[in-house]
Amino acid sequence: MRRTFWQQWSGILFAVPWLLQFVLFIVVPFAASFWLSLTDYRFRDFPNFIWFENYADLASDEVFLKSVFNTLYYTVFHVPGVMIIAFFIAILLNQKVQGMPLFRTLFYLPSVTAGVATIMLWLVILQPNGILNQVLGLVGIPGPRWLTSTQWAMPSLIIMSFWTVGTTMILYLAGLQGIPDHLYEAASIDGAGHLRKLWHVTVPMMTPTIFLTLVLGIIGSWQVFTQALILTGGGPANATLFVLLYLYNKAFLIFQMGYASAIAWVLFVIILIFTLIQFVIARRWVYYEYDESG
Amino acid sequence: MQSSVTIRGWRARFIRPAWRVMIYAMLVGGSAIYGFPFAWMVRSSFMSIDQFYEDPPPFFPLPPNWASYTEVWETGPIVSWIMNSTIVTVLGVVLMTLVSAVVAFGFARTEYPIRDVLFLLVISTMMLPQHVTIIPKVIIFRDLGWLDTLLPLIVPMIGGSAFFIFILRQFFRTIPKELDDAASIDGASPLRIMFTIVFPLSKPAIATVAVFSFIGNWNEFFEPFIYLNTPDRMTLAVGMRFFQAGMWEQPQLHLQMAIALIAVAPILVAFFFAQKHFIRGITLTGIKG
Repeated sequence: MRRTFWQQWSGILFAVPWLLQFVLFIVVPFAASFWLSLTDYRFRDFPNFIWFENYADLASDEVFLKSVFNTLYYTVFHVPGVMIIAFFIAILLNQKVQGMPLFRTLFYLPSVTAGVATIMLWLVILQPNGILNQVLGLVGIPGPRWLTSTQWAMPSLIIMSFWTVGTTMILYLAGLQGIPDHLYEAASIDGAGHLRKLWHVTVPMMTPTIFLTLVLGIIGSWQVFTQALILTGGGPANATLFVLLYLYNKAFLIFQMGYASAIAWVLFVIILIFTLIQFVIARRWVYYEYDESG
Repeated sequence: MQSSVTIRGWRARFIRPAWRVMIYAMLVGGSAIYGFPFAWMVRSSFMSIDQFYEDPPPFFPLPPNWASYTEVWETGPIVSWIMNSTIVTVLGVVLMTLVSAVVAFGFARTEYPIRDVLFLLVISTMMLPQHVTIIPKVIIFRDLGWLDTLLPLIVPMIGGSAFFIFILRQFFRTIPKELDDAASIDGASPLRIMFTIVFPLSKPAIATVAVFSFIGNWNEFFEPFIYLNTPDRMTLAVGMRFFQAGMWEQPQLHLQMAIALIAVAPILVAFFFAQKHFIRGITLTGIKG
């Protein structure tokens, strides 16, 4: 049966709202951002085209390199930390015991309330005389001056991030519940104990979800902003200056928008490279049981 | 035979209960750790400003100081902030959920030549760092005269959200297509099928997305922080920062905690009511990556 043009293409109408937004708020700003990065635009005057000068300046901008290092430092601890903790919690929350809805809610709570409100709370928790140092004092450890110490400011932000594992945890929980029971039954018949089932059934079956959270986790951690702005403002001595915070300072405090656009593009390329590398490595360790395209 | 029965009896009597006790211990301990920040926020909102700087500060302030909750309303345009946040959040929940559902329906239930390529494009935008485009967006919104209004937050909602589209499409695909076919033979249009069959059967997933949207829009900081400058026109998440910086010589921690609690309350209420749908919805969608 030959379908008319209308019958063949009418389905695309459903995608129109998204396409509109894609062009107006993603494609156009992305292209504009690249063009701006080749100019000396300062928000008021007309931009002068200066080729790759901004990028050349960035390469020797020590504050920028520091911000890249800081963000990398955060990523290296934050991403695996969150994944391990979330995995452990998901397995715990997947047990069949009474009162689970309450437990799930409590574990998810810090992720729901994540935002400026909870970030401000950490100012209180991490005060030099705050509850964390009081608890450390009980076991005889003199607590550092968390947020105002160049050495401890970044670890503070990393530790804090371990409270907002909710989304990762929920994705893992969904993954765990998607593992068919017959695999565990088969493993039991073969005499596998809890640990071997975890390693030989659960983990392989979870690799697609683990991969998803790894990719999204790294993308997210390159875009840390709010915590640093509110808790440390990037300090002390740029110890918590993240790339995005530096971009903000350049673009909106001193209005070097051309330069800041170059930072944006370097950030974009860094994230792209990290993501692509992961997709290449994924072929070695991610296990797809069935074809998603079906 | 005999020994294996004994071993089983032994397992049932000691190992299993011990295992259960351990699981409960970890659940309770973990809940305490993860519930702690909220509990501490409540506690801290009852402190007076001086108590924060005592050494050590009281574990729980007695008598609790309720004054922060009355004082906080007088120190900033909080009512405007709550109004603005409510506008953005309500529109966000309605628009983003509805549009995402419609777009997702198209990807799950219609066929046209470039559909799968387009869907791949949607997914790949989830990997784009959105903050990278903030500078051109500010310039565009400035030229449109939209800076310092809620429009830059609202207008981009017309396209839904890639993540929501993804979740909903996965869910819609689990609904048997035979239902559509039957309706379609009876002469129902795709729009009718969407609203009378697919959406009603997808309540858990739609509720999940709505809650995500609520939390996300209510907490959103980066973009409103950049776009909004006049105190009256800010959203709550952005305005709240005034209690930290600017207006006082030292941070007003007690006011911060009171407003933090006010800001968190609607989310907790929403989450509490949607909790059952929420986690089930996510689980049912079977997000696999």
